[in-house]
Amino acid sequence: MIADKMEKHGEHDASQNARSDKAAFGFWVYLMTDLIMFATLFAAYAVLRDNTFGGPSAAQLFSLNSALAETLILLTSSFTCGLAMLAAHRGKKNQTIAWLGVTLALGLTFLTLELTEFSHLLAGGNSWTSNAFLSSFFALVGTHGLHIAIGSLWMIVMMKMIWTRGLTPFTTSKLTRLALFWHFLDIVWIFIFTIVYLMGAMGMS
Amino acid sequence: MKNDTQATLKSYVIGFISSVVLTLAAYILIEIHVNSAHETFSHPFLTFAFITLAVIQLIIQLVFFLHLGNETGPRWNLVVFGSTVAIVMLLVVGSIWIMNHLNYNMMASPDQMNTYIQSQDGL
Repeated sequence: MIADKMEKHGEHDASQNARSDKAAFGFWVYLMTDLIMFATLFAAYAVLRDNTFGGPSAAQLFSLNSALAETLILLTSSFTCGLAMLAAHRGKKNQTIAWLGVTLALGLTFLTLELTEFSHLLAGGNSWTSNAFLSSFFALVGTHGLHIAIGSLWMIVMMKMIWTRGLTPFTTSKLTRLALFWHFLDIVWIFIFTIVYLMGAMGMS
Repeated sequence: MKNDTQATLKSYVIGFISSVVLTLAAYILIEIHVNSAHETFSHPFLTFAFITLAVIQLIIQLVFFLHLGNETGPRWNLVVFGSTVAIVMLLVVGSIWIMNHLNYNMMASPDQMNTYIQSQDGL
């Protein structure tokens, strides 16, 4: 409500910018704490990855092609999210919503691929209860997937908000934080792709 | 990150294309390694190559997608990021280091443990 009032007064633009910068910084600090949580999951996975309790190893379980597809899809969605940001700064409302829509579609495709992979693993009797390696795998990759699901939900809300309220400093500031979140998730995925899938395919060292 | 005002189409395109190239480079490396009858690359080399490619991609995305370091004035975003990286390194490297040494002293099956200790001590 305060933000709405400010939009009506041009002289408050500077303070609005300062507020938006502060909010972006606060959100950045949250992302960094989220990164620490992911680091603990990565550490657990790195330590437990060989403890398969006689079950199949990463090299036998994971498909490189599907992991590559997931990586490229998420990378493209990070790019289209940037394009939505650019459109917002140029004041193009419909273009912003369209690029967000593309990003959302790519995010949901990624989730579908990931859930398909999970269901194949479970159908093959490889669940998170099977061994320490799979527990840490599902914890790490599942947490990332949960973030993508929350980000997708956020994107739907954002599209609706831009649709009804237009590109005000208030909505653009929110969009900036959504873009930060989405780019961050792609960065985390680079390391999941590298450590879980690429190094997993290498086999035991 | 100053409200993304410095963001241009060019920076996003550069970031996207170089990320795709780096991802494919890593993928081609592992495909060559997996599909050859004898192991083409050594494990330490591959590990080093993958981590290097991932870190380069991390830096590229931080600069071209997140515009880290583009701030004016004190770079608080960069400061927070730097200290977070320090914590992450302590957590991950420390855990791997400690646990690898701890494995030496933990009970596996007695037979496995004997074989392991003998191989470690060169008995």
